Amino acid sequence: MGFLEWATSPWGQRVPIHIAWFLIWVAAIAGLLFLMVHATYVRYFVKHKEFAGNVSPLIAARIPAHVPRHSLTARLFHWIMAAAMFTLLFTAFLPKVGVQFDWVTYHWIAGSVLTVSILFHIIHASFFMDFWSIWPDRIDMRDARRRILRFVGKAAPPPDRFAKYPLENKLYHGAIIAAGLSSIVTGVFMMFRVRTIFFPRNPYLFSDMTWGMMYVLHGLAGVGLIALIMMHVYFGLRPEKRAITKSMIFGWMSRDFYLKEHDPARWPVEASSSSSPTRSQGAEPEGLTDAG
Amino acid sequence: MAVIRDVMPAFDLLQPSSVVDAQKLLQQHGADAWVMAGGLDSFDWLKDRIKKPKVLVDLSGIEELKGVRATSDGIEIGSMTTLTAIVNDPIIKQRYGLLAQGAELVASPQIRNQGTIGGNVSQDTRCWYYRAGWPCYRAGGNMCYADTPEGRNREHAILYADRCVAVNPSDCAPALIALNAKFVMRTPKGERVVDAEDYFIGPEIDITRLHILKPGDLLTAIRIPSTWAGAQFYFEKVRDRNVWDFPLLNVASAMVVSNGSIERIRIAVNGAAARPLRLKTVEDAVRGKPPNAATGEMAGKLAVDGAVPLQFNAYKIPLMRNLVKRAIGGVQEPTWAS
Repeated sequence: MGFLEWATSPWGQRVPIHIAWFLIWVAAIAGLLFLMVHATYVRYFVKHKEFAGNVSPLIAARIPAHVPRHSLTARLFHWIMAAAMFTLLFTAFLPKVGVQFDWVTYHWIAGSVLTVSILFHIIHASFFMDFWSIWPDRIDMRDARRRILRFVGKAAPPPDRFAKYPLENKLYHGAIIAAGLSSIVTGVFMMFRVRTIFFPRNPYLFSDMTWGMMYVLHGLAGVGLIALIMMHVYFGLRPEKRAITKSMIFGWMSRDFYLKEHDPARWPVEASSSSSPTRSQGAEPEGLTDAG
Repeated sequence: MAVIRDVMPAFDLLQPSSVVDAQKLLQQHGADAWVMAGGLDSFDWLKDRIKKPKVLVDLSGIEELKGVRATSDGIEIGSMTTLTAIVNDPIIKQRYGLLAQGAELVASPQIRNQGTIGGNVSQDTRCWYYRAGWPCYRAGGNMCYADTPEGRNREHAILYADRCVAVNPSDCAPALIALNAKFVMRTPKGERVVDAEDYFIGPEIDITRLHILKPGDLLTAIRIPSTWAGAQFYFEKVRDRNVWDFPLLNVASAMVVSNGSIERIRIAVNGAAARPLRLKTVEDAVRGKPPNAATGEMAGKLAVDGAVPLQFNAYKIPLMRNLVKRAIGGVQEPTWAS
């Protein structure tokens, strides 16, 4: 039982044609196992979160009751992408597990929507948002080390509060980028093999081997996304993450949650009492937290 | 790639004598089993060594699957009834002559003596890329070799192609659709009866099969209700040679004319898509109109609406248009018969 399906091309070349479909179940079961292990860990073993220092009352008083987190544009992008992603997963894999329907048209339409929304997101995030806020920085790395040391019972100072996105969010975003872009790029090329409104069919665009690798990569990214999306939905539904999920719907999170989890120095927000921010973008954080 | 080697790959030959036994064997072996009716399609696959089943379930010894029986509302044809038996059956000839016409145009007398109605409607496509063992979509791959700029696709689909452009080659299928037949299957979940047109599926639903039979399923009978008994029938098959050939296109219609206008009609074509197509739009459009050349002309144009030709099969569009026209408006010249 291999991970790939192979065939002999008309020219006698042994080429991969796609992934073995049992990997769908492997991904689904792996995702489910992760959820079960994580839920068990949180239920029985997790310790209370400890962060270094406390937010100065002066600063806390200037934080608005509703801390803006996601703009309307960003939220629309997220939910359009989510709808496209779910459509892609259902249309791709339901037929493989026995639910038969006319899936190809829905699949490439959803793929086109996803592609356009991702292109928009890249431009929007690069030029109109704080591009680096979703990428791990040195403090994330330092705090990850501290959290691991503390988890295994070794002495380490408590980590700082998070910036706009916790490290887990950032890593997840990275994984989604890898799987999503792999499936999108290969998917765009695969559209040359079916009849769409975009390009004339050209099955000879690549060699059989290259096409085969493209189908394999598309499949691997697809089954990877099964597990990733399961995890994403799971975390979105977890009680302790509900504030983050709600912020993706309403655009804001509460001041209490913000102050509990986030560091105003790393994620400055507009002050409520005046038009001046707690810290201007890019300025050095100073005196925002007590050393504790 | 495909070379007929005459010596088939080794398999276990299972010869049940009852439907119950056959069903048990099919369920026991699942996808490893190959169901053989008359063997005419099966032996091609096996001798070419493209299909290598572990077991072959030969249905030829099951008497209950053979013969034509009158029912309270029409007839029931066992799936292992030969095409010759259907052609010669007096009830079919008298009341459901459309099926007899279609069956009589299948291949050659020798093949009709051996070929069965169940096998005819369940046979695989004739696309030579697929039958040569190339790793095309239908064979589980990721390519259609026929739908390429150089692909030999003269016989392929003009309608409802979805990645694969193979067509269904059955002559009996459109006749059964026009007669509003029901297909009776035994499945692991019990008996299942479907309309003839729902027995067939296109690549958009399942690119590896032409019909809904899954491993473990068995087509046992075809029931034809009396609804269309004695109606005005038309069957025409166009092929490259007038005997022993698969259809390029065929058309079957059953029509009831009252007071000079079409009261009821069912019409189907095959060879245009991966499944035989019931032309419901045409049926709706011609109902209430006189069955003449003008109505036929209109129907023909409607029938090919949305057709997309491949590199070498554009001729199928006017051909289908004219077949539908003739099925409704009638023909002046005689048709061929083998």
